[in-house]
Amino acid sequence: MDEMRRRLIQSGGGMTLLGLLLAAGWIKPEEAQAQAQTWNKAAFDTHSLSDTMKALGGGDPAQSKDIVFFQTPEIAENGAVVPIGVTSNIPKTESIAILIEKNPNLLAAVFDIPTGTETSISTRVKMAQSSNVYALVKADGKYYVAAKDIKVTLGGCGG
Amino acid sequence: MADPMKIRATTLGDSTEVKVLMSHEMESGQRKDAQGQTIPAWFIQNVIVTWNGRTVLSAQWGTAVSKNPFLSFKFKGGAKGDRIAISWMDNRGDKRSDETVIA
Repeated sequence: MDEMRRRLIQSGGGMTLLGLLLAAGWIKPEEAQAQAQTWNKAAFDTHSLSDTMKALGGGDPAQSKDIVFFQTPEIAENGAVVPIGVTSNIPKTESIAILIEKNPNLLAAVFDIPTGTETSISTRVKMAQSSNVYALVKADGKYYVAAKDIKVTLGGCGG
Repeated sequence: MADPMKIRATTLGDSTEVKVLMSHEMESGQRKDAQGQTIPAWFIQNVIVTWNGRTVLSAQWGTAVSKNPFLSFKFKGGAKGDRIAISWMDNRGDKRSDETVIA
C-alpha cells in the first residue's frame, strides 16, 4: 500500500502543468497539441527558395525523381483553387512542403508525417500567377525537391 | 467560432483515408477592399489530426492555402469506429476541433 502511494506521488511530482490540466480534463488533448505546435514565421516570410531553405535549416535540396505530383493540373483555370497532390517515394520521409515560386510568399504549407502515415498528401492552394510549384521533401534529415510548372489562367491572390 | 469541419474517414484494406473540408476565409493579406485598404491576413496556421489520440498528421500552413481548405491523406491502421479528431488554430488564435469515427 505504501509502495503504491509513493509511486503515485512520484509520478504526480513529475507532471508538468500541462499534464495536470490534461489529467484534470480542463483541456482536451487535441487542443493542447494545437497550442503546443509552433509556426515557423521565418520560413513563411521568405521570397526565394534559398531563403526558405535557410529558414527551414536545410542546405540546397537535391533534385529527386522519387517525388511525384498527382491530381495536379498542368493548367489551372482558377488560381484561387489549385489542387496539389504530392507523393514522396523517398525512404524515411519526415515532411512534405509545398512552395510556389511566384507567390508573394513562397512557402504554402508544411506537412509533418509521423511513422505509419503514408508519405502522400493532397490539398488546394492559391497561385498568384503561372509558376513553378516545388514539392520539398525532408527525409532522414536531408532535403529533396521536385518542380512542376503550372499555368494559371486567372490569378488567386490579387483583388 | 467557425463552422464545423466536414470530415470523412474510411478504411481501405489495412489503411485509413482521411478527407477534411474546413470552413475558413484564409484571407491572403494581399487583397485590398473598396477603399484601397489592405485586408489583413487571416488564415489557419496549425492543423493536427489524431487517431485514437495519436498524431497521424500535423501541418503548418501559410496564406497560400485556399479558402475553405481541403486536405486528404492516408495512414496505416485504423478500424471502423476508431476516433479521428482534427483541430486547427488560426493566426488570430481562433481554434476549432471536430471529430468523427472511421466508417
